Amino acid sequence: MKYIVAIIQPDRLDEVLERLTDKQIHLVTVSTVMGRGRQKGIAEVYRSHKEAGTLLKKIKLEIGVNDDFVKSAIEAITGGARTGQVGDGKIFVLNLDECYRIRTGETGGEAIG
Amino acid sequence: MGLIGLGIVLTAGVLPALADEAASNTVAVAAAPAAAASAVNSGDTAWVLISTAFVMLMTIPGLAFFYGGLVRKKNVLSVLMQCFFLMCAISLQWVLFGYSLAFGPDVKSLIGNLSWAGLRNVGLTPNADYAGTIPHQVFMIFQMMFAVITPGLIVGAFAERMKFAAFALFTLLWATLVYDPVCHWVWGVGGFVRNWGALDFAGGTVVHINAGIAAIVSAVVLGRRLGHPHKLSPPHNLPFAVLGAALLWFGWYGFNAGSALAANGLAGSAFVATHIATAVAGLAWAGMDVLFNRRMTVLGIISGAVAGLVAITPAAGFVNVMGSMWIGLGAGVICYLFVSIVKEKLGYDDALDAFGVHCIGGIWGALATGLWATTTVNSAGANGLFYGNPAQFIIQLKAVAVTVVYSGVVSFILLKVVDALIGLRATEQNERIGLDLTDHRETGYTMLD
Repeated sequence: MKYIVAIIQPDRLDEVLERLTDKQIHLVTVSTVMGRGRQKGIAEVYRSHKEAGTLLKKIKLEIGVNDDFVKSAIEAITGGARTGQVGDGKIFVLNLDECYRIRTGETGGEAIG
Repeated sequence: MGLIGLGIVLTAGVLPALADEAASNTVAVAAAPAAAASAVNSGDTAWVLISTAFVMLMTIPGLAFFYGGLVRKKNVLSVLMQCFFLMCAISLQWVLFGYSLAFGPDVKSLIGNLSWAGLRNVGLTPNADYAGTIPHQVFMIFQMMFAVITPGLIVGAFAERMKFAAFALFTLLWATLVYDPVCHWVWGVGGFVRNWGALDFAGGTVVHINAGIAAIVSAVVLGRRLGHPHKLSPPHNLPFAVLGAALLWFGWYGFNAGSALAANGLAGSAFVATHIATAVAGLAWAGMDVLFNRRMTVLGIISGAVAGLVAITPAAGFVNVMGSMWIGLGAGVICYLFVSIVKEKLGYDDALDAFGVHCIGGIWGALATGLWATTTVNSAGANGLFYGNPAQFIIQLKAVAVTVVYSGVVSFILLKVVDALIGLRATEQNERIGLDLTDHRETGYTMLD
């Protein structure tokens, strides 16, 4: 099992979710986060007081998948999130030790779908 | 405790007066209904009552949300609370003794006596000295809203770091020992600034310079916020600030046009002058933004509009529409330079620019009244420098100077007194956590549900 964390541009979320659905991946957790990469964010100005290096709004997706779904999940996210511009985001893939479905008590690969 | 004690003493002294007043009102109305009815003009009274409600709206929610949007999330309630508290507390102060000190029978051109305390002798028949066609009590409550908003303006300077108890004590003292006397000098019959012939239509000196100087003094006495200037988060909710500024603009029609104290041509002229100066000042600040930072900003255009409202306040009933444009232009440009450049250079932490907008805009407006005032607009006024009367400019300058010195010195003393009694500033830890939670045990926004 893998735990996939993806940071993407907020306006790409719908496209990514659609492509994940096409690949039969339905379980996703989404949060709004602040972050910055190499593009550093856009400096803001308030009454001429400059706020340099402000963080940008991003979307964080978290998906737990069985090993045979990793490739299609990555394809869905990159396909939906890529614009070719700086700031498209990152995908991190982590090993996942265990998974429990709270309602039924199922564990492991059974529980994750 | 001291404050509560003071309150009890004052209340005890004044309550019988309230009772007397209620009795004497009834008698007066019963004895001379015909005289009262003939003197009171219903149109004028309706307009001043509506204007009173407009000016009330300026403090809450107008000013409260203008300032509330500009502070950080953790202090939004503290600012809203300060404005709301002032509405309650100063209203009470005003009827108990504030109105009497400001407008009551003159003592040596300096202050009103206490014979109108508890609104004794302030009934429903007009007082011809102030407004001959509206009930005296209507004039009183219109003026009350000015007394409420003035200490509210100072909040912008010491926001995010002053303890609530210190704020409450300081503003009550300030309202009594600074606002009431200055109001008497400029507007009270017998007041010495009024006797000089200084022009202040709706409170440029009494309200804006007065509060603006107290603002800079309190910013300096309290010191800078932790993290100032580079480690402070930006305004937490600019849409609130826009909403607040727009409500201020709306309410200001009551502030300025209402100050005609009648539903007449002068009110209309003041209304137009107010609107145009504000529009020009908003554009002027936005233009300065483009010049210095390449883009117009939302905070810029609303700050400019407020600066324009401040500057036109003393002039509204004395200048024509061309004069109001020049006043608006000057307000946008001069306040921009103060807020963006001078403040940065001097390094003081006037958190929300109460000094840069209200004091500087107020001084510009008061002096500009001495330039563009014309008796063609208001025969009860005077001509300014550009209409052949340079003496008026000097009078305006003197009125500004006396307000700056008095408000500056007394505000400083009061802050030091409050500091010695209960301490002015929130502890470092409380300031980090935020005043909403530490002063009021509440938060403006929850994270979940």
